Amino acid sequence: MIGAVLQVIMVVGGSPLLLGLMRQVRAKLEGRAGAGIWQPWRDLRKLFGKEAITPRRTSEVFRYAPLVLFATALMVAVVVPFVTTRSAVGPVADLFAVVALLALGTVTLALAGLDTGTAFGGMGASRAVTILALVEPTLLVAILALSVRVGSTNLATIVSSTLDDPGRVISPVTLLAAVALLVVIIAEAGRLPVDNPATHLELTMVHEAMILEYAGTDLALVELASAMRLTVFLGLLATLFVPWGIATAATPAALAVGVAAFAVKVGLLGVLLAAGEVFLAKVRLFRVPELLAGSFLLALLAVSASFFLA
Amino acid sequence: MNETLYVQLLNLAAGAFLLAAVLVLWRRELAVIIRVFAVQGAALAGIVAVLAGHEHSAELWAVAAGVLLLRATVLPVLLLRALAGAGTAQRETAPLVNVSASLLAAAVLTMIAYAVSKPLVDLAPSPATRAIPIGLTVVLIGLFVLVTRRHALSQLVGFLLMDNGITAIGFLTTSGVPLVVELGVSLDVLFAVLVLQILTTRMRATFGDTDLDELRELHD
Repeated sequence: MIGAVLQVIMVVGGSPLLLGLMRQVRAKLEGRAGAGIWQPWRDLRKLFGKEAITPRRTSEVFRYAPLVLFATALMVAVVVPFVTTRSAVGPVADLFAVVALLALGTVTLALAGLDTGTAFGGMGASRAVTILALVEPTLLVAILALSVRVGSTNLATIVSSTLDDPGRVISPVTLLAAVALLVVIIAEAGRLPVDNPATHLELTMVHEAMILEYAGTDLALVELASAMRLTVFLGLLATLFVPWGIATAATPAALAVGVAAFAVKVGLLGVLLAAGEVFLAKVRLFRVPELLAGSFLLALLAVSASFFLA
Repeated sequence: MNETLYVQLLNLAAGAFLLAAVLVLWRRELAVIIRVFAVQGAALAGIVAVLAGHEHSAELWAVAAGVLLLRATVLPVLLLRALAGAGTAQRETAPLVNVSASLLAAAVLTMIAYAVSKPLVDLAPSPATRAIPIGLTVVLIGLFVLVTRRHALSQLVGFLLMDNGITAIGFLTTSGVPLVVELGVSLDVLFAVLVLQILTTRMRATFGDTDLDELRELHD
């Protein structure tokens, strides 16, 4: 129970900091001073203090979408064994449940984008759904490759079996699945080279185009939820492939180690991702399916390798 | 050699071997494709070396060194020289099947290879024979590259991928092809590449291009 609360605190409180850290790393590498890692929190505080304005002729879908997006991200933060494998909702911590929750968030946001009836909203929604349709099978298949040798799709079981047998990490199955998962996480979290989180140029936007009509509290909620999704995705990668430090017992010392390990792993992944992005340009939208088809193939190879090499 | 270490190393080398074949399908720049092919040659040499370490056979070690020399250095260098002579056409611009579709086709080919080689693996299950589907997949991917690419050099790489796959299957099934046979095959491949390199250069000198689809139509 304490573990679940800790995970929620880490994800909600830490995700804007992760975003700030990534922007700061990028700024430093580009020779700018940067706004400091607390800037996303300052933005959020400002936005939460403002009134939410909904455009005329939008329906309930538009109004509830930020709440659903935030709720799904929060639910994933509770379910996935980031800090401890003794999850509060053990049997629900299933691979399919987690992927479904994450996809539900994306679909809700796409519906909200369509609901505004503007050209940008529809364009962004259509692009987001195109990417989602290619990301979701890869996500499922890549994690399935890890679950084959454990014989269970429960994330906590996968993590504890890797903790018991660390030699498994250096096998072709794990490496292929890790690369596939990294590519789809970059695509789904809307980072370069699939989407540029810093742009408002109509031809390139995906995520930003869907949330153009949001203001005030709603915008703050959407921004916080997308930061949480990034944290959750990076956390998922860290949890599945470098599970060391995750608490298997509910003692305070083990939980403290778990929290520290989670912060370090996700922070390190974020810094690496931000440093890599400096050297990348955005890929043309029509080349994105190619990238995702490649990562799907890698995930499929991981699954088939876990059958014929094991 | 420790048994679990042997299995892990063999799987790792086989994984790299397969990954290189997929990357050949994925990338468009011919220079990158040739480098990836060199990496695949090194992975093949790795497979042979791991088998040699397991069998304690000096002959296999010699074959591994020969494979490394031929497939990771000599053939790529020859291909790169042919590419340098090919002038402006440095990219596979319009393959007959586009890249996303060919990656999905590779996924299907993997499944086919796995299904087809299952009876073969069941004959004598061991860590080495379990990697046979990977060799068969590389053969099929090589064939696919050979049929769907237009540039003469990428077709040549497809042919060499097939040969790499066949060699890998040979070593994985028999745990050691006789040195004489391996030498004969290697010499064959080397001559094939030399002849095709000269042919490519001639083609370019005559037609100004190495796009093989151009040769199917009549010109003035």
